[in-house]
Amino acid sequence: MSRSKPKVLAIASGGGHWVQLLRLRPAFEGCDVVFATAKEGYRSDIGSSEFRVIVDANRSNKIGLLKSAWSIFSLLRRERPDVVISTGAAPGFFALKLGRMMGIRTIWVDSIANAEELSMSGDKAGGCADLWLTQWPHLARENGPACMGNVL
Amino acid sequence: MIFVTVGTDQPFDRMLKVIDRWAGESGRKDVFAQIGDGGWEPEHIPFVHFLEPVEFKQRFAEASLIIGHAGMGTILSALLHGKPILVVPKKASLGEHRNEHQTATAKRMMELGNVNVAFDEVELRQKLDHVDELQPRSPIGAHASGTLVEGIRDFIFQGKGTPPS
Repeated sequence: MSRSKPKVLAIASGGGHWVQLLRLRPAFEGCDVVFATAKEGYRSDIGSSEFRVIVDANRSNKIGLLKSAWSIFSLLRRERPDVVISTGAAPGFFALKLGRMMGIRTIWVDSIANAEELSMSGDKAGGCADLWLTQWPHLARENGPACMGNVL
Repeated sequence: MIFVTVGTDQPFDRMLKVIDRWAGESGRKDVFAQIGDGGWEPEHIPFVHFLEPVEFKQRFAEASLIIGHAGMGTILSALLHGKPILVVPKKASLGEHRNEHQTATAKRMMELGNVNVAFDEVELRQKLDHVDELQPRSPIGAHASGTLVEGIRDFIFQGKGTPPS
């Protein structure tokens, strides 16, 4: 089935990951975009765009990670996007991993905060990202992430 | 008003204690802090534990200077609002973060000329004594520009796996 506009799910946890995701908005012009993050309070950042709240978690909380993965799986099933893009962290990785399994095209933009090495989720995301990006030229490598610039 | 923020993850009492003491000794009344859930509470500066995103933005907009952890949310918000910023990297070795990336982030952002950095408590105290001299960078645009946005757009519309139209 082909749609007139590609549907994009843009997902990130809160704080710096979310701020960076928002800075990529011009890349989604002409797409149907659904934004997803961990806090209802961020809704005001995106105006009239579609907004969903998912369960956030980090790797110090295993039960939380499971709940987070489930909320993202449910979101993907409901929204059926063509493309998933994330700037991190754990929820973004889940979205790419599950999205890939569901045949969705995937983009990982590793946070600009990771200037010395990729984040743990960014490193793992390499296995399930169709477009795998770092924001630091010195971290780009063959068979690794590419660098196309940064969010500044 | 100086807005101090430790971010939404772990607290950052090591930084707050230096700022609190400085505010007490210098009689500064124009400092407000978001301190997270650390247990320790400042004596000389008004504070909240967390702020909703809307309030956070408002505090940023009203501040003349930002002092914070070296998180990208804090740094990008300061650059967006065109505010001078002084950051202190959180250290995983002291249980302040999950890894040591903030030190590298702070160094790189400092090299790009975007932030002022105090790498430890001694340096923080020295910089606080001259904090009113810090100058803002010219604000960055509301969105990322150029090659990154174009690259992502190209991928969405015609990259690998695009269905035939």
